[in-house]
Amino acid sequence: MTTKTSRIQTVFETRNSDEKIMSLFITAGYPDLESTVDLILGFEKNGADIIELGMPFSDPLADGPTIQLASNVAIENGITMKKIFEMVREVRKQSQIPIILMGYINPILRYGVEKFCSEAEESGVDGLIIPDAPLEESSIVSESAGKHGLDMIYLVAPNSTDNRMQQVDQHSSGFVYCVSVTGVTGARKGEEVAQSVERFIDRVKTNVKRNPKLVGFGIKNYEDAQLISKKVDGFIVGSALIDTIRNHYPNKDWQQNVFLFVKELKFGNIE
Amino acid sequence: MKYTAPTKQGYFGKYGGKFVPEILIPALEELEIAYEETQNDPLFQKEYHDLLREYVGRPTKLTYANRLTDYYGRGKIYFKREDLCHTGAHKINNAIGQLLLARNMGKTRIIAETGAGQHGVATATACAKFGFECVIYMGAEDMVRQKLNVDRMRLMGAEVRSVDSGSKTLKDATNEAIRDWVTNVENTFYIIGSVVGPHPYPMMTRNFHRVIGEETKDQIKLAEGRLPDYLVACVGGGSNAIGFFYPFIEDEDVKMIGIEAAGLGADTDQTAATLTIGTPGVLHGSLSYLLHNSEGQIQLAHSISAGLDYPGIGPEHSFLHDTKRVHYYGVTDEQAMNAVKLISEKEGIIPAIETAHAFAYLETLMPLTQKDQIVVVNCSGRGDKDMGTISEWFRESPPSKGA
Repeated sequence: MTTKTSRIQTVFETRNSDEKIMSLFITAGYPDLESTVDLILGFEKNGADIIELGMPFSDPLADGPTIQLASNVAIENGITMKKIFEMVREVRKQSQIPIILMGYINPILRYGVEKFCSEAEESGVDGLIIPDAPLEESSIVSESAGKHGLDMIYLVAPNSTDNRMQQVDQHSSGFVYCVSVTGVTGARKGEEVAQSVERFIDRVKTNVKRNPKLVGFGIKNYEDAQLISKKVDGFIVGSALIDTIRNHYPNKDWQQNVFLFVKELKFGNIE
Repeated sequence: MKYTAPTKQGYFGKYGGKFVPEILIPALEELEIAYEETQNDPLFQKEYHDLLREYVGRPTKLTYANRLTDYYGRGKIYFKREDLCHTGAHKINNAIGQLLLARNMGKTRIIAETGAGQHGVATATACAKFGFECVIYMGAEDMVRQKLNVDRMRLMGAEVRSVDSGSKTLKDATNEAIRDWVTNVENTFYIIGSVVGPHPYPMMTRNFHRVIGEETKDQIKLAEGRLPDYLVACVGGGSNAIGFFYPFIEDEDVKMIGIEAAGLGADTDQTAATLTIGTPGVLHGSLSYLLHNSEGQIQLAHSISAGLDYPGIGPEHSFLHDTKRVHYYGVTDEQAMNAVKLISEKEGIIPAIETAHAFAYLETLMPLTQKDQIVVVNCSGRGDKDMGTISEWFRESPPSKGA
């Protein structure tokens, strides 16, 4: 185990038993290139435990309208893989928060898998989530990732079989990403998620034993987060955060409003 | 040499695979099993082939193109008449096959993407025939240039959803169809219209179209007593071409040529010539040649034909390109449009603009042939749907050269 793996491990090992780990997804270069580092640092100050930094792709077929839009804006802003690594280096000067790069396989292949993993390690990345590289295809990346101490985080979904969940657990390190509903990313009505999620989470708990479990997709506020992550280690929020950024940017104090949203996601409404 | 691709994992050489979100993995596994069962199920095979015969109108004819042959004064030219299929293109072979599969799997809702609208029409047709709910995703730009097909789909009861993201063409319609599938995977079957997408789609779609090549083989033997020297077909995703080529792959003396849409030219950024200028990458679930920039962002393709306006290509074509079993070349918008006119005038057949790309290559190929050689072109679709584009083109740029 390298020290890099331990940044994610440490988060889970040092949490209070009643605390839920909050992982936040933000698209690199959204809403502009300059803000990404400040946003990550601000998220950490306001309760984020893990950052999933999205590597934009022109054709994000597992994402709903919110992340599609953020990806397009970031690409138009001129985001590149080099700039993403630069952002991670910048964060690392001031913070030890675990950073996971999340994105589609094609930009990684284009950059060169080995070069990508090597620069990821060097800049201070802790893990990878590649939604369109399931176990069947993951060997294209996992060898280099392992060599460079990057955790590979795989997903389980409500329609995954028990056997599949066990396989995902075997191959994952860091944590297992539990997709709460079938569908693309995006904020949903709380009840819609809660209804189907309970049986799914019970199955996840039975089959995923090695790794911590974070649940994501459709969470938009503190109440959703607490309800859905009741039986697991924590939760992931992406689209609702990006929606919040979109609603406030570029007003004066937009970042303060976004950070307030983050704080309430983690701790509830503290009046 | 025995040709066995793809592997069990869905690889044609190094191309193919299943690059999809976890949610689709169970759906693909279920599909693989169901498809495998149909291969050895005489009832399924009988029903499929009965429908091809009685509903689609197969076998389609192999027509000797005597005036075009005289025009070039070299080898003999035949057309495989997929334009005579019900709905006007080869696409229905696959739509019917996949719909039967969907029915056997107990799915109740059908979705599909479409570019030129031919696959959308074929899917809407099959759904009408079998009483299935049908949603077709189509790029907003394609809905304008293929309005007739939009009207046809709607008349048959399909819902046509306009896609406004990206280039508003086939690539974006495919993204949206995949998003729908991810969301409604329990009851929905995605009928992919080309030999693209994750395994087992490229294999399955090829096999539902192999009837094109199998019939051609029998028909040319009957007409000429031997196999042809050349096969020529247009390639977007590549379904008509692979269905036409596949039964001939082991016949090494048969040369095969796939024609991509070069748009304004393969040396411009307004092109869809994926194999000519692309490099390998992953789009829509499989690894294959792609048009993408140095950051791996997919580039917008351009072709005057909506059906070829796609920045990817089926993985099997990438494999056949690398192994040089098939040779691929580009044809520009202008060359294709000249071919529309030539084929219409010489043979009384108005080809689809997609199909005209294959015909346009005869300008290059025919002077290289001998009188005793035989060329078969897959006439993959008819051009009625393109009359708006065709009329506009010749109004704006009356043909000054060529035909």
